[in-house]
Amino acid sequence: MLFKRREFIQTGSLASASLMLPKFLKAFENKQLVPPGNKVMVVIQFSGGNDGLNTVIPINNDIYYKERPRLGIPAANALSLTSDAGLNPALTAFKELYDNGNLSILNSVGYPNPDRSHFRSMDIWQSASNANEYVSTGWVGRYLDAQCKGCDKPTQAVEIDDMLSLALKGNSQKGLAFTDPRRLYSSSNENFYKEISNHHEQSEAAVDYLYKTMRDTISSAKYIFEQSKLRPSAQTYPSTKLAANLKTIASLIMSDINTKVYYVSLGSFDTHINQAAQQTRLFTELNDAIKAFTADLKKNNRFDDVLIMTFSEFGRRVSQNASNGTDHGTANNMFFIGGNLKQKGLINAMPNLGDLNSGDLKHQVDFKAVYATLLHNWLNADDETILGKKYPYLDFV
Amino acid sequence: MASNRIKNQHLLWRAGFGPMAENAASLDDFPTQKLWELLIETSVKKPAKIEVARSLSDGLVKGVGEVIRLEKKSPENKDMKKKRRMENKEGIASLNLMWLDTMINSEAQLREKMSFFWHGHFATRVINSYFQQELLQIIRENALGNFGELLRAVSKSPTMLQFLNNQQNKKGHPNENFAREVMELFTMGRGHYTEDDIKEAARAFTGWGFNMQGEFVFRRQVHDEGNKTVLGKSGPFDGDDILAILLSKKETAQFITRKIYRFLVNENIDESRVKSLADDFYQSGYEILPLLNAIFTSDWFYDEKNIGSKIKSPIELLAGIRRYLPMSLDNDEAQMLFQKVLGQVLFYPPNVAGWPGGTSWIDSTSLMVRLQVPQVYSAKEAISLTPKIDDDLAMGTKMEETVRINRNKAYINRGGAADIEWDLIFKAFEKVKRPGLVEAISLSLIQSPKTVSADIITRFSDESSREAFIKSAVINILSTPEYQMC
Repeated sequence: MLFKRREFIQTGSLASASLMLPKFLKAFENKQLVPPGNKVMVVIQFSGGNDGLNTVIPINNDIYYKERPRLGIPAANALSLTSDAGLNPALTAFKELYDNGNLSILNSVGYPNPDRSHFRSMDIWQSASNANEYVSTGWVGRYLDAQCKGCDKPTQAVEIDDMLSLALKGNSQKGLAFTDPRRLYSSSNENFYKEISNHHEQSEAAVDYLYKTMRDTISSAKYIFEQSKLRPSAQTYPSTKLAANLKTIASLIMSDINTKVYYVSLGSFDTHINQAAQQTRLFTELNDAIKAFTADLKKNNRFDDVLIMTFSEFGRRVSQNASNGTDHGTANNMFFIGGNLKQKGLINAMPNLGDLNSGDLKHQVDFKAVYATLLHNWLNADDETILGKKYPYLDFV
Repeated sequence: MASNRIKNQHLLWRAGFGPMAENAASLDDFPTQKLWELLIETSVKKPAKIEVARSLSDGLVKGVGEVIRLEKKSPENKDMKKKRRMENKEGIASLNLMWLDTMINSEAQLREKMSFFWHGHFATRVINSYFQQELLQIIRENALGNFGELLRAVSKSPTMLQFLNNQQNKKGHPNENFAREVMELFTMGRGHYTEDDIKEAARAFTGWGFNMQGEFVFRRQVHDEGNKTVLGKSGPFDGDDILAILLSKKETAQFITRKIYRFLVNENIDESRVKSLADDFYQSGYEILPLLNAIFTSDWFYDEKNIGSKIKSPIELLAGIRRYLPMSLDNDEAQMLFQKVLGQVLFYPPNVAGWPGGTSWIDSTSLMVRLQVPQVYSAKEAISLTPKIDDDLAMGTKMEETVRINRNKAYINRGGAADIEWDLIFKAFEKVKRPGLVEAISLSLIQSPKTVSADIITRFSDESSREAFIKSAVINILSTPEYQMC
């Protein structure tokens, strides 16, 4: 004999739901939460280790073509940026952004003693730790800790996913993960949860923490859902998952929501075998989604206040392998996209393929310096507290 | 002061995976000391092996790095390698589910609980089902024995040798990975050794490796025979000598005791208690069972501040629900999906430091999924969740993605749920009159002193019959934040 929770919920209906709203939800109503011109950051994670050398191609480098006889992308096919650099042919929208001064590229980003395990290296990037330490909080999460002390709006960082990444977990604050604002709302909007959280009285610290998380979830879900409906995007997006996720993000960026950081992933870039087809497929999805997203932001005058950053847990080996793919490598490039870049185009030199560390690129820029720059220059946050150390700022924002 | 029932349940949650509904009635009067003796008694015998692969070549292969190297050498064998990789993944998934079943159904609760602790302590990620199966057996056999023996056996297991790169640790080209982690995470903890100690210890571990049969081998020809100085001692040390030096340090007893205290008693450490426990642990030569005995027979273990104070890990939550509610599952997908989405998959710790635990388990998403788990089991309510891709597993094949999508479709179609043996629950509460039912069920499930009021639970329960009422009340109580605690 089976039954469903929803069948035996008796009290409360949608019509009377507003009467039952807890006090803390009401605090959100009828209130302009953020001033316009609010700067936000969108992080796009390339999961699996994207091959940077076939992303920003060293079109004038003999070593590249020698090491990649089959996988190397001919200069004629690349989308030319400078005499030394071309973009992967699938990234046409990125080329357009580049031409308009809305794209910058940072080469040779990594960290000392690189780890070649996906999970571990992603751990290092997301926690902003050194290769020999284990940190169980993420850099965006610690940004929340610093920004959001005692604040009642735990929606400052959101991830469009069914699971929250380590990057968004802080010591006392955590971001919120959801794929669809409507589904988030309907799953948390059960009267049972509202009722028990309304009647919870102070108890042990850990139980209170659970109730606080539950209340925050219920109120945030409602807040996000309502904001997402406020100015729904009129832009046409491709029918891919990344595009749908960016559309969700766009609709929130156009609203008055207080979110500062959006986080989304694309993958898998782990191209050990037949790299070209897989990377092209993923880049096409990326390219078309970014094209719609940036057009949407421009149309709504939000492009100047948005910075998109891409990263991957590592780059790949310089030499191709025997399966027309590449194996795990080290340093990699990052893209920054926005209407308000201070350094446009290539920020630094293309990687030196003549100076490798047993077949792998040497990093020139510590990724934590990139985080420091974004936290300090873009999000106006205390990077030293968040990263536990002072890193030199870059000049791209 | 906590009631006898709450004390008994406290013991069952901490020294095992929680109480069973069929015992609910007897826990009011059963003496706690006797329950502890019973827990020891049922855990003394050597555990039967959980077997998914008979030999290395049966389930075969090596880890990811090895596979890539092999593939480079013989690209024509790609399909075979891919197949083996999948077999290993499935092998580890079987190992995962079989062990989870053991945690739920075995009477050796204490042994499985401590094995679960050591599984997180000696955290490894190696995609080789045979290796993982062998390491699990080492852990389960030594879980209540001697920590020194456990440390030595784990250190010589192919899983650990491969995971921390000791296979590549050779004279003249030392790899320091194992030497560092054995000090930092497995024995003394940070702050009690220097970088030089690590470098010197790494030289002592040169030559420790494994062969194609998955057995430990000491490769003398790559061992560094020279003199080493580690933690103030000098000699032509080998790996066993280093482990002995580490065990001779009181810091090791303190580090391990602290971690066990956090796992079994409270996240907040009582320093003087830990110190006295650690002294005895050290004096006993690292005997684990006497340490557990000291904890579980103490008065302070049953202090109110220690009861209901811990957030259950996802495995503890999932095992606890199934111990209380005996059920046959339609399929295993839900079990793996919940582990993934809740952030704890057996055999896939986040890194060598293991699962951080405590409030790190809880974020908005994971909490709401936790609250829905009982409903999915009981009501065949579908839940559609996509776990993140694990690239270390997928190895660049598109397979993982496809499997994932299919799995979810299948999961939704089939409901991913269970048939619960509700009769056992009805029987457990048959003597309780209707007005006291919610309170009685709540007391059997919730360890926190404060709990959701019987009034709310009743209002949200199905009062059409006694059976329906019990069912819905149980599921409602399981779906509260308080149930996340033990």
